[in-house]
Amino acid sequence: MQAIEVHQLRKNFRIQQSRGGLKGALQDLFAREYREVAAVNDISFTIPQGEICGYIGENGAGKSTTIKMLTGILVPTSGDIRVNGYVPYLEREKFVNGIGVVFGQRSQLWWDIGVIESFQLLRKVYGVSESDFRKRLDELVERLELQELLSRPVRKLSLGQRMRCELVAALLHNPSIVFLDEPTIGLDIVVKSEIREFLKELNRTQGTTILLTTHDLQDIEALCSRVIMLDAGSIIYDGGLDELKSRWGSGRAVRFQFGKAVTAAELTAWTGGLPVTWTQESELVATALIPVDTAVSDLFSRVLGAAEVTDVQISETSTDEIVRQIYSSGSAEKPGAGGILHV
Amino acid sequence: MSSLYLDFIRIRFLTMLAYRVNYYSGILVYTLNIGVYYFTWQAIYGGKEQLAGFTAAQMTTYVAVSWMARAFYFNNLDREIATEIRDGTIAIQFIRPYNYLLVKMMQGFGEGLFRFTMFMIPGMIIAIILFPVQLPTSPVSWIGFLVMLFFSFLINTQLNILVGLMAFFIENNDGLMRMKRVVVDLFSGLLIPISFFPGWLVSIMNFLPFQAITYLPGSVFTGRVQGTGILEVLGIQVLWFVILLVPMIIVWRAARVRLFVQGG
Repeated sequence: MQAIEVHQLRKNFRIQQSRGGLKGALQDLFAREYREVAAVNDISFTIPQGEICGYIGENGAGKSTTIKMLTGILVPTSGDIRVNGYVPYLEREKFVNGIGVVFGQRSQLWWDIGVIESFQLLRKVYGVSESDFRKRLDELVERLELQELLSRPVRKLSLGQRMRCELVAALLHNPSIVFLDEPTIGLDIVVKSEIREFLKELNRTQGTTILLTTHDLQDIEALCSRVIMLDAGSIIYDGGLDELKSRWGSGRAVRFQFGKAVTAAELTAWTGGLPVTWTQESELVATALIPVDTAVSDLFSRVLGAAEVTDVQISETSTDEIVRQIYSSGSAEKPGAGGILHV
Repeated sequence: MSSLYLDFIRIRFLTMLAYRVNYYSGILVYTLNIGVYYFTWQAIYGGKEQLAGFTAAQMTTYVAVSWMARAFYFNNLDREIATEIRDGTIAIQFIRPYNYLLVKMMQGFGEGLFRFTMFMIPGMIIAIILFPVQLPTSPVSWIGFLVMLFFSFLINTQLNILVGLMAFFIENNDGLMRMKRVVVDLFSGLLIPISFFPGWLVSIMNFLPFQAITYLPGSVFTGRVQGTGILEVLGIQVLWFVILLVPMIIVWRAARVRLFVQGG
């Protein structure tokens, strides 16, 4: 069964246009001008049960708007959504029992009361039985090491402590789908990796479906088998992370340090016939970019046979780099054949 | 599920209790207000027996009980709701399987309970000591008044929720909230009893919910309305409570579709 099914989903927002100048301001008083902006533009995807899917895109790409439609907060302008078999905004009160949501930027705990009181209240909100609640809470508290935080008021928690409590709050009713909107924002590296480990384990042991948005691609690399990339309200990539890397990764960069000066002409002559692009930093340092399907050993045998090499470094394009390129080009279609050059 | 809503009452009550010191000054301010109006009305009466159906003694009682009733029914739910809408925390309310308006109502009631026990009762005792307030002698008036006081709270809270929800439709409803506060204080009969208004205004007031907040329960407390008359004025309150549910539901439904979470 599919956990999430989205078909031709769209959300338009009406943005008020202010006209400039005094005259414009007066006109605005009586007749406002609005502009329709599609925050989410006819997107479709399905997520099967038990998958961890990363939902990425630049600020304002429409990630949060999608999450808010999937969780029943926003009513879509058009299109179909089914999450857990429900249409979220229609059967909201029944539907939200089966999902857990964490907004990295908003707290769902009650500011003025203790952490454990917040959890108790949530137990009642979701109608969880006392014994289930105890069992689940003990597990989560142990796993996330919250023992000494339980009696503190929420407002006295640090961000890392609060975020771990937010996770517990979202999971107390044992939801089958969890939505995480930037769960690691602003956290230090230790808490981040704790949370990643925790989510991975949750997915493995309970089969929980997880959809998360993030700007930290390490979250994606650590957790997700699949990524959906959004740009300006449209999906520009939907598939495996590995596939994204191999499709977009511009191969490897091999940086050579030579014992004596070489010229650009020499470099190209050595690798004639191989799809290699050279960039020269100085007379003694040059970098060769080779596509994924070319063996590094071929390059080595040519260069090492012809020149005196003192040092070699091989680096692969990082996911960050790949995503940065896609964001800046606004499309996940790989540009024309032949290695592109970037230093 | 019902124990959930009781919990919201309990938690709000306890939270208010933690900040109770803030309300000690409130008791002083309300007593001061009663004093100001007491002396003003004394001057207006200037020895006259009766004005607009109020005897001077009834007026003193009316002023005291009206202000102290306000100490109970007043709350800031309008501001709370507007803030939650404006800063986007309303989103959190939508991911929970409960009725937001009911939760707000319960929180308001938790605050009301606190105000009743820690603010209205002590304030009333001080007012009785300082001013010649005449307490009702018949138990029917007492019961009638207390039931009506509860409906004052309900109707005032409904108006607050309605005005708060307007933040969904107008970006800044501060002006609206301020206007509502002035309108409620004036038209509920807190500042001037409704019977002092010119005839045409009185007949308009009869078709508005505001008099049900202060004027009607005040009239029962002062003994101007007695016996079966109490049921009649209580009926008006119940009617308004039911009528006001309609716009609340309509506005809430419309807001769901319009909802636009601020700050992404």
